[in-house]
Amino acid sequence: MAYEWDFAFLWVLWPHLLVGLAGTAKLWAVALICGLGIGLVVGIFRTAPSRILRSIGTVYVEAIRNTPGLIQLIWFYYAIPMVTGWQASAWLAAVVSLSIYTGAYSAEIYRAGIASIERGQWEAARAIGFGFGAQMRYIVLPQALMRMIPAFGNRAIELAKATTLASTIAFGELLYTAKVIAEDQMRPLETYTAVTVIFTVILLPVSYGCVWFERRLARRGGVHRD
Amino acid sequence: MTEEVLRIEGLRKAYGLLEVLKGIDLTVHRGETVCLIGASGSGKSTLLRCVNFLGYPTEGRIYLEGRLIGRESGGKMAYRESKLCAVRTHVGMVFQQFNLFPHLTVEENVTIGPIKIRGVPPAVAHEKAAEQLRRVGILDKAKDYPSQLSGGQQQRVAIARALAMEPSIMLFDEATSALDPELVGEVLVAMRKLAEDGTTMLVVTHELGFAYNVAHRVVFLHEGTIYEEGPPQEILVRPRRPRTQDFLRGHTAFRMPEPEMTPAAAVDG
Repeated sequence: MAYEWDFAFLWVLWPHLLVGLAGTAKLWAVALICGLGIGLVVGIFRTAPSRILRSIGTVYVEAIRNTPGLIQLIWFYYAIPMVTGWQASAWLAAVVSLSIYTGAYSAEIYRAGIASIERGQWEAARAIGFGFGAQMRYIVLPQALMRMIPAFGNRAIELAKATTLASTIAFGELLYTAKVIAEDQMRPLETYTAVTVIFTVILLPVSYGCVWFERRLARRGGVHRD
Repeated sequence: MTEEVLRIEGLRKAYGLLEVLKGIDLTVHRGETVCLIGASGSGKSTLLRCVNFLGYPTEGRIYLEGRLIGRESGGKMAYRESKLCAVRTHVGMVFQQFNLFPHLTVEENVTIGPIKIRGVPPAVAHEKAAEQLRRVGILDKAKDYPSQLSGGQQQRVAIARALAMEPSIMLFDEATSALDPELVGEVLVAMRKLAEDGTTMLVVTHELGFAYNVAHRVVFLHEGTIYEEGPPQEILVRPRRPRTQDFLRGHTAFRMPEPEMTPAAAVDG
């Protein structure tokens, strides 16, 4: 009694999947940009001379990295209305929680990237008369960012997969759309297979891009220039 | 040579219980080149790093251009990092490891300080950078990146970068120690040219020939104190005290006659 695969319904319903994919793309892009922004600030906190800033950074990073993303999402979904007084949309809750989630991981990328810059670079910048902020902005970050790009690529892939968590609060991204279709057509195997194929087709090039860039950087001894 | 550029009084520096500098008094006058020599661990580099506050002195006073740096509170000196940034712009530093900024071109390495800190218009900064790069004989590499240069060339760019801030005094921290032997000469020649132009310089070096030929004064450090100082002809040729004599004996254990060279083969800037 072999299972009979039948993908025919997808030829009709694919526009729905496309709408779901658009939701995924929107959530992914916004949370990635916000997460990298949060990560930059927190990453600098983690390397700052001030002990207070370093502690704030550490608490944030450890709290987020050591709790399940799914629980964070659900928590924000219920916490936002309590803080702001109005019911947050699934979209807002998803964006906020995934940004904060990505922020914690990318803060660690920034921290490690900043720490990878030789002491001599900081000292040379200091000796010219640059303060901490200017050392960071003109000397350290421009060098460190290039080294971080492969890690950011991996983070972007992780986030793309994490957007599927938003299906649990009924945000209309790809997995949620697929769930609706699967139940409607009673064809979960085919539908989820399609979702898998879509993710793979989109993320595989990003993945290879990271590897390519990493090799290119290694050849140049970690220094990028144009 | 009467005007004081740098005055160090009773400088002490300790790392925990280890006291590296045990009370240094030293004055450098305008246009003067002072060479600091001594065994490793004698505190030469630590002294230099205290002058531009890459390391904070534990005790003592430092005056730059007659002005006391830091604020006195309860017998100790207190330093504010923001004030020290301003001080460092007046003190040029050349490191053993060059520490050029690898993501910037030679020209950008030299102009970034004046443009970002002094607010010099880029066009003016580039003009002045060209002048400094010409002084150290490396103007033709202005558009190159540091990784494309030899160690000697990189170090000359580092000198130009420090000069571009128009500092009151230039500090050299074993500027030729990391270089291949055949590249040492070009850097020393560039440094001698600066000294002859009247740049005020405090030079930590193991190149005794340079100290002999260029320094106005040689200071021998031993275990964190100034053990002997004076004109190079005295300190390096007729040292009076035993530790200085030992040090020089170690440096001149092997000698050879001067090589005979045609004038064209001699190093020239």
